[in-house]
Amino acid sequence: MELTASNVVELKNLQKKYSGVKALKGIDLDLPAGKITGLIGPNGSGKSTMLKIIAGLTQATGGQVKVFDKSLNYKIKNEIAFLPEINHFYDWMSIEEIINFTNKQFSNFDTEKAAEITEFMNLKSEMKIKDLSKGMVGRVKLILAMSRDVPLIIMDEPLAGIDPKSRAQILESLISEYNAETQSIILSTHEVLEAEKFFDYVIFLEQGKIKLQGNADDLRRERKKSIQDISKEVFM
Amino acid sequence: MKLEYDASKPIYEQIIDKIKKMIVRGELKPGDKLPSQRKMAKKVEVNPNTIQRAYREMENRKLVETKRGLGTFIKKDEEIINKISEEMANRTVEKFINEMKSLGFNEDEVLEILKNNLEKFEGGVFNGTNSK
Repeated sequence: MELTASNVVELKNLQKKYSGVKALKGIDLDLPAGKITGLIGPNGSGKSTMLKIIAGLTQATGGQVKVFDKSLNYKIKNEIAFLPEINHFYDWMSIEEIINFTNKQFSNFDTEKAAEITEFMNLKSEMKIKDLSKGMVGRVKLILAMSRDVPLIIMDEPLAGIDPKSRAQILESLISEYNAETQSIILSTHEVLEAEKFFDYVIFLEQGKIKLQGNADDLRRERKKSIQDISKEVFM
Repeated sequence: MKLEYDASKPIYEQIIDKIKKMIVRGELKPGDKLPSQRKMAKKVEVNPNTIQRAYREMENRKLVETKRGLGTFIKKDEEIINKISEEMANRTVEKFINEMKSLGFNEDEVLEILKNNLEKFEGGVFNGTNSK
């Protein structure tokens, strides 16, 4: 797929209502391609909903979504890798089986790359999901997302509930596998302190609205504060 | 080079400062080649786009030059070292003066304290470190 769009994601007045509750109240966003974007916000701010809509996993109730300059369709969805927050694996499967299973699902999956990252993450392919710690499962999710040769990777809380060592490994692997020339990553997290040095762009979301967004280094320069401290200020 | 970074300042500026410091200390010399952006990103463990911005900014400030297909080099200009040394010295002193001012010292007091402290260093830290 040709990637000529300068914006990887465009949202216009995006809205989402769940049985009367407004989860997203008009999101406008132009996300330039080739960046790692951090989506920051308290629980219930709408982060997950926003990511799922961009990935085509749930539908907006209002507004517009464009990914690679096009409206979402099945072809485009195949060009997006989504890392879910929940553990969605079958317990009895080994890492190798999951890799093979994912390889059958997606034409753009790279099994060699998956094997490389597995080794880098200090995991053995014969390990079974039921024997893995939460941190290890988190690492497996990252292997699957980063092994797809796609222009957009979306990660919903890849660091949540994971031990510090696994968090560091996940971030290290993410940055070393990331290809800025062909890929964009959007990831939501509460671990701002650890993750902020990897962000090009940050979005602060609260109660279904964007409170602030911008280039991470520009925000640091303007406010003379870290992204972590800016987030404390924004979410007072 | 490991980057001890301060998250309250732009990271690309801190990378530039680190490279400037290496130039002033003679660890990098005019004409030396910098690591590729990809290598540097892995070394420093930051986003490759941040490295790209640091390199681009250094080129704008005429600290480095990029030769197509060959890489990025410290400018072959001996003047550059003096310029950076002076700039970094001024910045350090400025910070010191502002801090002393905010503590309420006047010019004479600052000079005296500075002199006393320099004497303590005599033959110590200042001897034989920077050759300049």
